[in-house]
Amino acid sequence: MTYKKRYDGRNFDQMREIEAKAGVIDRATGSGYFRIGKTIAYAAVYGPKELHPKFMQNPEKGLLRCHYNMMPFSGQGNRVRPGPNRRSKEIGLVTQKALLPTVNLENYPKAVVDVFIEFPQTDAGSRCAGICAASIALADAGIEMKDLVASVSVGRVDDKIVVDLDYEEEAHEQGGTADMPVAIIPSTGEFTLLQMDGELDPKQVKEALSMAKKACEEIKQAQIKALKDRFEVKK
Amino acid sequence: MRGTEIKPNILRYMDENQRFDGRKLDQLRPIEIEYDVIKTAEGSARVKMGGTEVIAGIKLEIGSPFPDTPDNGALMVGVELLPLASPEFEKGPPSIDSIEMSRVVDRGIRESEAIDTKKLCITKGEKVWMVMVDICPINDDGNMLDVSGLAAIAALKVTKFPEFDGESIDYKKPRKKQLPISKVPIPITVYKVADKLFVDPVAEEQKEYDGRLTVTSTEKGMLCAMQKGGDEPLSADDVDDMVKIAVKKADEIRKKL
Repeated sequence: MTYKKRYDGRNFDQMREIEAKAGVIDRATGSGYFRIGKTIAYAAVYGPKELHPKFMQNPEKGLLRCHYNMMPFSGQGNRVRPGPNRRSKEIGLVTQKALLPTVNLENYPKAVVDVFIEFPQTDAGSRCAGICAASIALADAGIEMKDLVASVSVGRVDDKIVVDLDYEEEAHEQGGTADMPVAIIPSTGEFTLLQMDGELDPKQVKEALSMAKKACEEIKQAQIKALKDRFEVKK
Repeated sequence: MRGTEIKPNILRYMDENQRFDGRKLDQLRPIEIEYDVIKTAEGSARVKMGGTEVIAGIKLEIGSPFPDTPDNGALMVGVELLPLASPEFEKGPPSIDSIEMSRVVDRGIRESEAIDTKKLCITKGEKVWMVMVDICPINDDGNMLDVSGLAAIAALKVTKFPEFDGESIDYKKPRKKQLPISKVPIPITVYKVADKLFVDPVAEEQKEYDGRLTVTSTEKGMLCAMQKGGDEPLSADDVDDMVKIAVKKADEIRKKL
């Protein structure tokens, strides 16, 4: 058996519908919204501000902190208990690493930039959507950056390499699945997030990564448009 | 420090029955309610009151009843003051503000008996439905408690039971039967600063009050929960006036649901 048609009818290299917005949270220094299919991410940036406790301050450069959190009603099954857990802490960590190479933290000595990412609704691919929203939020906050970061998950469903798996595909039983969340700096093509679970052969990894690159180009355009819509002077 | 700068200005405006944003003292900001915004929840609502925006989501689960009420379902309400929504909200265990808000919103729904918890019993002493109400702010521009209470009841009104076969819940199947809601409790907090009473504060006003009274009322002006807050006492006349304002404003909001 082969995986002939995707559950929602998409092409194998086609993402779900995406929607990007900047400046959605007035109280934050900067904010972003990113939706891919039914996965929705809000990101708020607070700072740069003085880092406390003081002994943590670095006179050479600022600190970027990323927090990933699912709202209690955002999961596919039971209520998600509020508060941090091992999964959310790890995702916070890889999110920080995904964004770090683009942020000029040496401009913010002794300071901290906090990024809070929240999910009201998820349908797989949440860490990638969170990174996309966070990158928009950092730019919206006026944090000096080299580029945006675009992120998407790629992987395998049975015998097919696909982009942007949804929950149904992740749970596909026949032939197994693999899920590989990826983040890319579009201008250099470098990877800043790369995780994988499931089974892939090296050739499939290569094919999936090139598929991710194509998708991230499209995401970057949406991110840029979101920021332009917010800041462009209306004639 | 900030208080010393802002409070005299708030009072100066209020002497002319005015607010910073041009509103009257007892005037609410524009309200927008959107239902069923979260597909993963059994019921949900997004409520905007001026710049304050919250999402309430309801999850229904099966649990065992409390020993003292073996044939009643359970209600649980949580307001999570996410650091996403304001520089004043911090990460970590729930702050005292978030606990107070959760409990006041909870009491309004519970004591009004808007939900008949007897109807949530599946097998006496063993299995009951648990209604978990979670309220998350997206942006806090003041009056979180009232907006949370409104979002909670709005979400409950459109909540439907998930498929349950006696053993387990199938959250994927389409939801059919509506959660029975018999009343619409609306909490309104009336604030007092010097001798002025006002409602629906923006973030700056929220910090500069002397006393407050939250009054939750249902249809026909019946009161079902109250909570006094703030450092200064309230007189009997204050309470009388505050209750009147709260009931009037609750009626105004209830029409929008």
